[in-house]
Amino acid sequence: MKAAAFDYIKPKALSDALSLLEQGGDDAQLIAGGQTLLATLNMRLSEPSILIDITDIDELKGISVVGDKLRIGALVTHTEIEDSDLVAKHAPLLKAAAPHIAHRAIRNLGTWGGSLAYGDPAAEWPACSLTLQATMVIHGPKGERKIAAQEFFIDLYTTSLEPDEILVATEIPLASSDQVFYFHELARRHGDYAVAGLAAVAQKKGNVLSNCIFTFFSVSSTPVMAAATQGIVNGKALNEQLIAQAVCTVREEIDAIADITNSAEAKTHLIGVLLERGLKHLIA
Amino acid sequence: MSLKKKISMTVNGVHVNTEIEPRRHLVDFLREDLHLKGPHLGCEQGACGACTVKVDGQIIRGCLFLAVQANGCVVETIEGLTKSGALADLQESFMRHNAMQCGFCSSGMLLAAAELIEKQPKASREEVREWISGNYCRCTGYHSIVNAIVDVLEARAKGQKIKPIIAHA
Repeated sequence: MKAAAFDYIKPKALSDALSLLEQGGDDAQLIAGGQTLLATLNMRLSEPSILIDITDIDELKGISVVGDKLRIGALVTHTEIEDSDLVAKHAPLLKAAAPHIAHRAIRNLGTWGGSLAYGDPAAEWPACSLTLQATMVIHGPKGERKIAAQEFFIDLYTTSLEPDEILVATEIPLASSDQVFYFHELARRHGDYAVAGLAAVAQKKGNVLSNCIFTFFSVSSTPVMAAATQGIVNGKALNEQLIAQAVCTVREEIDAIADITNSAEAKTHLIGVLLERGLKHLIA
Repeated sequence: MSLKKKISMTVNGVHVNTEIEPRRHLVDFLREDLHLKGPHLGCEQGACGACTVKVDGQIIRGCLFLAVQANGCVVETIEGLTKSGALADLQESFMRHNAMQCGFCSSGMLLAAAELIEKQPKASREEVREWISGNYCRCTGYHSIVNAIVDVLEARAKGQKIKPIIAHA
């Protein structure tokens, strides 16, 4: 199918984009990489009257280290994250996750900020941003505000971003040398949406993991952290028995929701499989 | 009110100035307005990869990119890349391995393979499979395509070229 008609404008300044967004109201739609939006336009699932292309706005670009944080601009593409030395050094989880996102031709255009703002529960970046305790930097008519990833993802495709706001960047604490990470997703075909996925970090000392964060995605209406399971693993010698206990807890803790092809039971099973593999990887 | 926008871009080395509706995606623009029929339109939702073209040196899905977004960009299609010889050994290898039947996926497959060879010259067979998982082929079962790409990777690693299957007069 073909998209319905719309107007198109490409402001150079963030302030101009914000005023255009305010003027346009519900009929205006931001476009960055457009890798989800174009498909919904083509299918006429979305019919905005104006597209505001934000890809010329310099403030939204680039990856840099600012103090003890890694700042990733909203317009940074999946490919830029995949190929970035700064990301490899300071947020290796993201480098591990990037190749799982769709396919190269899509990663060349799709953006970090677009994926976060869209809030797809099956997407990689929302889960990674939770695991890495990212802070979202948001601009709106009232100026700048910052919000933790944990407060940002509210429900299915729903974030705390207001209609007149733009996600500018995220700030991620730099990875420490004792931090270990694991990213894996189970999908029918490489690049497809995961049936279930896990983004995990922990601090490792010998065979003890602490400050664990296990975020599962594609299993519920938002990515979900397994707080009780993290509590069980934190600070104890990790052995077969503890792994078995953690797997049991995580399957009870996370209330998986079925999708169109996979039952809740299947997802619950896979959550345990992912955790077991993840823990063995983290401790190896 | 006309919503048409003025755009200019370079397509296969030729400068193009025109006016288009913002809703026209790049592949429709290339096929219908510029009569470049190499990029194909399959699913029109980013799943099949038949519409793969290069914009500013990177492969993209032509159906997930508006022609107005390509304003000021350098666009390359299978037509231009064939003429320049950039795909010559991949094309020879595809012929050697019979890595096509109907040919609908071939232009996208070749462009995707070319970027793999450029970005990951040491790619394993498994990585080749992962890379081209974004391009559907409904005829070959993929094995011949993977074989063709792996042969080019191996030849390049040895500094060799793929020997033409047809002797050129």
